[in-house]
Amino acid sequence: MVIQFIDYLGMQTLKICDSVGKFIVFLLTIVRTLFTTRLKYKQLIAQMHYVGVGSMSIIFLTGSFTGLALALQSYIGFSRVGAEEFIGLVVTLGMTRELGPVLTGLMVTGRCGSSMAAEIGTMKISEQIDALTTLGIDPFQYLVVPRVVAATVIMPFVAVFSMMCGIIGGYVYCIYALGLNAETYIQIIQERVDLSDITGGLVKSAFFGFILAWVGTYQGYTTRGGARGVGIATTRSVVIGSIMILIANYFLSAFLFQTGMA
Amino acid sequence: MIQLTDVKKRFGDNQRWISNGINLDIADGQMTCIVGQSGEGKSVLLKQIIGLIKPTSGTITIDGLDLSKITEQEHRELFKKIGYVFQFAALLDSLNVFENVGISLLENGVPEQEVLPIVKEKLALVNLSPDILYKYPSELSGGMKKRVGLARTLINNPSIILYDEPTTGLDPINARIVFELMHDMHKRLNITSVIVSHDVEIFKYVDTVALLYEGIIKFNGPANTIWESKNPYIYQFIRGLPEGPIHTGAAAAETE
Repeated sequence: MVIQFIDYLGMQTLKICDSVGKFIVFLLTIVRTLFTTRLKYKQLIAQMHYVGVGSMSIIFLTGSFTGLALALQSYIGFSRVGAEEFIGLVVTLGMTRELGPVLTGLMVTGRCGSSMAAEIGTMKISEQIDALTTLGIDPFQYLVVPRVVAATVIMPFVAVFSMMCGIIGGYVYCIYALGLNAETYIQIIQERVDLSDITGGLVKSAFFGFILAWVGTYQGYTTRGGARGVGIATTRSVVIGSIMILIANYFLSAFLFQTGMA
Repeated sequence: MIQLTDVKKRFGDNQRWISNGINLDIADGQMTCIVGQSGEGKSVLLKQIIGLIKPTSGTITIDGLDLSKITEQEHRELFKKIGYVFQFAALLDSLNVFENVGISLLENGVPEQEVLPIVKEKLALVNLSPDILYKYPSELSGGMKKRVGLARTLINNPSIILYDEPTTGLDPINARIVFELMHDMHKRLNITSVIVSHDVEIFKYVDTVALLYEGIIKFNGPANTIWESKNPYIYQFIRGLPEGPIHTGAAAAETE
């Protein structure tokens, strides 16, 4: 019984090491391909459009309603101590430092990371990736690198849009629902928010873009089996991508704070 | 010339040998068919020949180049000499016929206006009209997809073409069209062709037949005399007899 348990534990450890190893090798292949081959600009632009422009509507909704809710919650707290003028500051810092980048990362993972896994996974099981290889086209150069670069580059722009939606959402709630002073809301943001509060969020969102594309393309590229395999890859891309984004968020926040960059 | 020497393949240490010491020589300009039961590893063998799957041991050489010793760049160059026609065509869903057929040129920076006449020429070679240039794979029939797949392979003017079950899923008329097309390509362009199939109709068109059974080549001989062959494996296989040295699923079940 004990031997079986140790055996099981050993097998699972080996499996995890194998998966992590393959994941890292995949990353190294992306980096090598990026620096040794020509970037496919057509695919890059198409992916930037898909990840960026295509995500605007969901980012508008999530950003706006997060700003509205944040303003409401802040009001509940600040009204108890008579500090309602700080709502604008809290909404802005919340959106720029944390909620904007993290929510954007999670939403885009759900929308684009999953579709990267599904698209590449379908290509994998229907031999389309093998077909590219036999035609002398590097699948990493054609499929993977443009997606990873596009998501990394475009995510800070998407995050800025999310931050703006959230801040405007908070403004709308404070002015039209709570009847607070519009000038106070804007003035405290101008006085108390530093550029580093925004740049830190942008750096994080670029990392999140990289993570979601890395996980999505890896899951797609390693898909096995038929439709079920594609389903599993898609689910994994969202679950693993989201968890990695949340973990990376803490470490990046700590790093940026300790180095004084944000 | 394609040479396979003692090629062995298995996926994992405890798995069965899919290829268990295959020796096969395919001369330039020859049309060879590899036949065998389903699950015998014919497609795996074909993918080993082109280098999509690495053999566990043994050597595969193409025109003297040992696939296990060449660099990635050399392999990419080799892919331009070898075409591969996939079982279900493997056309890229998101691209139209023009982009699918011309993809290797377009991705190498050749302008569209230069690629267009070449694509039209290759489509004509496989008896397809230019009307389908801007159609997507989902709008094509099975036979048309296979022909577009063949046209895509021809774009690099390969000297070798490997066909993986080219007539699977086609009705007898379309299957015949594809066979004749392959034969025509072979004769007109002097292409070395290796065809994996279990359709005995193919024997009318090929020069040699190799029968794969239990991971090794059990028969390798000329196609024109195959129906007179006394080799017990080929005798049973081509006639589809349940009795004989080849264990069929039904026979195996009865034995159990």
